[in-house]
Amino acid sequence: MGEKYYVEMKNVTKSFGGVHALKNVNFRIAAGKVNVLIGENGAGKSTLMKILAGAYREDSGQILIDGKEVQISSSQDALEKGIVMVYQELNLVPGMTVMDNMYLGVERSRKGFLSKKEARLATQELLDMYNMGICAENLIEELNVGKQQMIEIIKAVSKDAKVIIMDEPTSSLSQKECEELFDMINTLTQDGVAIVYISHRMEEIFRIGDYITVMRDGEYIGDWKVKDIDQNFLVQQMVGREISQMFPKEIVPIGDTILKVDNITKEGLFKNVSFELRRGEILGMAGLIGAGRTEVALSIFGRYKLDSGDIYLDGTKVLIENPQRAIAQRIAYVPEDRKGKGLDLNSRIRDNISISNMDRIGQGGIVNTDRENKLVEEMIEILRIKTPSPMQLAGNLSGGNQQKVVLAKWISRDIDVLILDEPTRGVDVGAKEEIHKLIVELARKGIGIIMISSELPEVLGMSDRILVMHEGRVTGILEAKEATQEAVMERATAVNK
Amino acid sequence: MKNNKTLIGKIKGFPQLSICVGYIVMFVLLTVMSKDFLTAKNLLNVLRQTSSTMIVAVGMTLVLITGGIDLSVGSVAALSATMSVAFMVNYQLPVGVSLLLGLLIGAACGFINGLVISKLQLPAFIVTLAMMSSARGLALVYTNGKTIVGVPDSAIKFGQGYVLSVIPIPVIVMVVILIIAGIFITKTVFSRYIYAVGGNEECAKLSGINVNKVKIVVYSLSGLSAAIAGIILTMRLASGQPTLGEGLEMDAIAACVLGGTSLSGGKGFLFGTIIGSIFLTTLSNGLNLMGVSSYMQQVLKGLIIIAAVCMYERKKK
Repeated sequence: MGEKYYVEMKNVTKSFGGVHALKNVNFRIAAGKVNVLIGENGAGKSTLMKILAGAYREDSGQILIDGKEVQISSSQDALEKGIVMVYQELNLVPGMTVMDNMYLGVERSRKGFLSKKEARLATQELLDMYNMGICAENLIEELNVGKQQMIEIIKAVSKDAKVIIMDEPTSSLSQKECEELFDMINTLTQDGVAIVYISHRMEEIFRIGDYITVMRDGEYIGDWKVKDIDQNFLVQQMVGREISQMFPKEIVPIGDTILKVDNITKEGLFKNVSFELRRGEILGMAGLIGAGRTEVALSIFGRYKLDSGDIYLDGTKVLIENPQRAIAQRIAYVPEDRKGKGLDLNSRIRDNISISNMDRIGQGGIVNTDRENKLVEEMIEILRIKTPSPMQLAGNLSGGNQQKVVLAKWISRDIDVLILDEPTRGVDVGAKEEIHKLIVELARKGIGIIMISSELPEVLGMSDRILVMHEGRVTGILEAKEATQEAVMERATAVNK
Repeated sequence: MKNNKTLIGKIKGFPQLSICVGYIVMFVLLTVMSKDFLTAKNLLNVLRQTSSTMIVAVGMTLVLITGGIDLSVGSVAALSATMSVAFMVNYQLPVGVSLLLGLLIGAACGFINGLVISKLQLPAFIVTLAMMSSARGLALVYTNGKTIVGVPDSAIKFGQGYVLSVIPIPVIVMVVILIIAGIFITKTVFSRYIYAVGGNEECAKLSGINVNKVKIVVYSLSGLSAAIAGIILTMRLASGQPTLGEGLEMDAIAACVLGGTSLSGGKGFLFGTIIGSIFLTTLSNGLNLMGVSSYMQQVLKGLIIIAAVCMYERKKK
């Protein structure tokens, strides 16, 4: 194409503990352009960008900057090469002023004393250049998220950034803030800065993108000029794989409605969500990160309070104020973030499994160790948790085995509704298959299962019906037999809405 | 993976190994350096001196396991003990009733701590710091800063009396509390909840644990143990002193830390707290016998705490 690329990543490969996160990925970044990187959750975008920003090292492959091969050994090193990543969690000190943040670590000073005036004038000049309409002495915490993000970008530019990586920059911005960000991106590209833009929002991509690279399952699919393609083509490229894995899904008899969710709303998180779940049914919940699926699940489980709407169990309206109530109503929830929410990593496998079963293990307030050992050993056997002993710390287990421990906490109970939030994320293929089989077994027992998953093949392969959410709203409930990856992805990204 | 099956593996994996070895070394040194150290009378004396700190430290251990802290124990000890004495002396209530009311006051202070920390979601450090100030203030206001004298003999024996004319009553009280605490922390369902809350609070909530209740109970127990310690100290002095127990919280926290209990929660050892408390008292007892000034003792205490924490941190890696 004769285009000049500032950065070229060639055949980059990276694996974590035997699992390939990236396989021979190519990515080119043109100076003065908006280079979009797109792919489903887990496609490897973040890993690729972390390699570019020096947070990870590639296992193999080449990185060229200005045509010369380079090594990016640390984030400091990346900064020196002009590569800056604007993280979703901002790296600003909220209680300090804009100017202090701008020069954090590289304070303008003379003989150890701060040159405040100089810093203020220089900062103000930058702020005015980008029409920020704020003062150098404003505190960061006084600004809205959009402005904070722009400060971070200006900070990057002031340090001579050549490539700015933005990961879902508009995910928490209002319409107006988005417009301001787009204006800024325009100014930056005119000055020759390369933008790497990661986003799921079709509308944005087609509006501001110049080039687009699609990734899928850790592989490079292709790159195009944005003006040469359309949304449908893009969706096809994102999901266009064959369903390579076999799913053990079986048709089990579906019974009466066990859970009915009627018009539930939690302001700012989700709105007017309604659906029904029947005994023996697996209801897949698809959507992109931030669509509100986890929040709906946590609300059904009583962790969040609903603003409005009702929940019915077995036809009776119930009020679920907290997880204790949910558990008493025979609902179980396996969280998506097993390390952060599902397990106490510094405690034993035994204690982790039994903590949610104390009502049965306890006897007059005392732990009945016979019952406890029996239950825990039974679970270790049923789930085939690979560990030398139940006294092993949960943190020492592999991801797959940790996930099995979280499952053991709940499937050991007599439950009617099981909510699984990303049950196989970060789990190796073997454990994944075992977990899928287990889910089918549980459905066969007549448990109604809600399975939140960001992996389309999993949702399509395991579910009876698929509920799709986009930005806090249900955009469709599809029969799995009739659903295609494209149909789900269109609803998840709200194409042509 | 470490081998925990063999005896040597077990000893090496024992969390309080360094502090125990340290204690033995110190014990031998003190025996050699002071002829008065290794006598039955002195050792029982050490145990008696330990009793109040250790009782407070037991409650503190529970609080620390939940990831909290209780700075108010010294003041709560003073308030409950002073009020106990006041009930006996000023209101002529029976000794048993007065002591019970004192314990109730201690538990109530802890209950308030727990309530504010859990329901209002305020940091434990701030809440108990406030209680530390207010409880002490109440004791001073009530007594107008003066000592209450005239404690009945039947109450004084809780601080000064002996069983079988050799074992101090405070030591008996301490042992009973340790046995109860030992059963509580190893056998009960509730203790699992305490560890779970400190280990990962969100996980505990999602496992159906009433986290607020756990915190309220734990702070109440800490307040109760402070009251028990306060009453023992007061009866030893045979008078209600509103300035009692200053610095008790620091001694208790130091004992817990020496025993390997983590200030970040989820990890704590009753045995560690026991050995930690005895360590600190033995140290000051021995140094007293050798005529080391109490000022110098504070310096040494600080150094030992740092050294102990270094050992635990190194062991983690």
